[in-house]
Amino acid sequence: MTSSALAVPVSRPGAWRRHPLVERYAPIVTIVLALIAVWYVAAVLMNLSLVRDGFEREEAAYTVSDLIEGTMSAERPLLPAPHQVVAAFVDSVFGYAPSAPRSLVYHSAVTLSATLVGFVLGALLGIGLALMIVHSRVLEKSLLPWIICSQMVPILALAPIFIVVLGAMGLQGLLPKSIISAYLSFFPITIGMVKGFNSPDPMQLDLMRTWSASPRQVLSKLRWPAAVPYLFASLKVAVTISLIGAIVAELPTGGEAGIGARLLAGSYYGQTIQIWAALLASAILASGLIGLVDLTERAVARQMGTRP
Amino acid sequence: MNSRRRRLGFILAAAGVLAALILPLSSEAAAALPARPLLTALTIAAALTFAIAASTSGFRAVLPGFVGVLCGAITTLVLLRDPGIAGSAAAGFWAMVLAVWLGAALCVIQLASIRPRNEISRRVLSLAIPLLFGAVVFYLWEVLVRGFGVSPVIMPAPSAAASRFVASLPTLGRDFVQTFIRGVLIGYAIGCGAGLLVAIVAQRFAFLGRGLLPLGNFFSALPLVGVAPIMVMWFGFDWPSKAAVVAIVTFFPMLVNALAGLSASGHMERDLMRSYGADHRQTLKKLYLPAALPFIFNALKINATLALIGAIVAEFFGTPTLGIGFRISTEAGRMAIDMVWAEIALAAIAGMAFYGLVALAERATTFWHPSYRT
Repeated sequence: MTSSALAVPVSRPGAWRRHPLVERYAPIVTIVLALIAVWYVAAVLMNLSLVRDGFEREEAAYTVSDLIEGTMSAERPLLPAPHQVVAAFVDSVFGYAPSAPRSLVYHSAVTLSATLVGFVLGALLGIGLALMIVHSRVLEKSLLPWIICSQMVPILALAPIFIVVLGAMGLQGLLPKSIISAYLSFFPITIGMVKGFNSPDPMQLDLMRTWSASPRQVLSKLRWPAAVPYLFASLKVAVTISLIGAIVAELPTGGEAGIGARLLAGSYYGQTIQIWAALLASAILASGLIGLVDLTERAVARQMGTRP
Repeated sequence: MNSRRRRLGFILAAAGVLAALILPLSSEAAAALPARPLLTALTIAAALTFAIAASTSGFRAVLPGFVGVLCGAITTLVLLRDPGIAGSAAAGFWAMVLAVWLGAALCVIQLASIRPRNEISRRVLSLAIPLLFGAVVFYLWEVLVRGFGVSPVIMPAPSAAASRFVASLPTLGRDFVQTFIRGVLIGYAIGCGAGLLVAIVAQRFAFLGRGLLPLGNFFSALPLVGVAPIMVMWFGFDWPSKAAVVAIVTFFPMLVNALAGLSASGHMERDLMRSYGADHRQTLKKLYLPAALPFIFNALKINATLALIGAIVAEFFGTPTLGIGFRISTEAGRMAIDMVWAEIALAAIAGMAFYGLVALAERATTFWHPSYRT
């Protein structure tokens, strides 16, 4: 290290480029801006013939700028421009009372409640199954292969019959959707937790045995703490899957409320902007849920004394 | 499980089978077991073999136990063909079913406690135990549904779904071609190929890679199947819209995994390539891509499941009158649940075969990877 490196940094031209914040976020911001630009160009190109047909049907004179302006504000465009989507999103979030059926907040809340109930059920079921599998060689040999196999099956395809079967039993509304969510989300948790509970190495397990620890003590002092990182990794996967499950479960019933119902209604009536706004809402929900799991993970890690 | 408890279990199983000879089989008028000589012989054989299993020690009890389970299971299944028993089965029948279940559970437990020394018997065991377990689950499903006479609208017996599967093979074949060959395979090839190409470009230009990685992570966590209605609007009802959904769904996992894989090679190897004077194309071909193969196959395996889900969900938004997803939603609406189960079985078989093929290809191309060393 030379003395010049220890000196007060002199502001040189171009030094800001190596600032860690710039290094980290500049590429992301650039690519997002580029994507938005591509989106605008695509919106113009895809909606052009639609708008031109509209002008020609009315036999009105039009200029190129009229055309481009038309593509940005069409009512049912093939591809709505980003600002249209954001405007529709803002309008349907803040423009109506949260309980109005036209409000996206209402639909998001319906989907979110099914997701959360399903997620909690799935997490409990997944952890319980993993506990049973870890403690029973019979289950590990007989049940685990089926659970792994079922990961390769498109379970989501089961959603419609679940809805129909549960409907025939008189169950409607929130519960069938959360059951589908739970059913979808317990697999990754079971697999992750079996791995997590088995992650302590044999030496540590032997040490517990020399202390003549009971299976319950081994679980609470060794296996459970060792499984926490696996738990959160699989929870992050599971929370997304349970959101997808809740959305897809709203499709086959032609459900009255929820993001899935909003998507379906939008596709029936050709309301493209409404579809995109619902997609934006689902993206915000998904990232919010993952963020929440992430925050919990950090809090728990701090509680357990992990250094970042 | 100690031997005394196992012995008691097998004795109980034998007693359960014998109880079927005495207790009534059905709440309606139906011929009792002693009136059916062949079934009586099978029942007595089951009881005898369970008794033999109880008197032998160790894992040699598995063979007579298994024979007993088989005899008992055949007896109950034959009994269910009698319309006087199906739907109104009574204590004698259920005693037999419980005995079969108990015997099978004891066999599974006994098999699971064997720790074989050599490789082949280990393989056979790790296949036999889950198969036996699955067979018991299917047996119980079949017997419960038919014994209690559950309405086929709620839950069809597996045999009903299987016979529907065989009877409607041509329909299933057309659905398979529409959904799997056209929608899934084409979309999968496009999505995975595009993801890999973008990753290769992004690895060449670090700026692009630093921007794409977080975005790819973000997008692969989104419920992307939601774009299905938009794709149906853009590409029409037929398979191109399904392929588009599959391509979008599979693109991001491949991008993220391939980016991670392309940077998996070590500094030493890269320096070695530089000292050989290899240009970028050569380095890519000889170093980066082979090192990335395990990651790429990981993405291919994740995508195999995602692709099938994407295609089926996209069909809920509109399709020509063909396809697995279309058939599931319409037949569920018509309450033809056995056809729905047949379609699900088709999707399950296709999904597992697809995954299995990818896994086989992985074995063939990444045999050098440390995770395969034994």
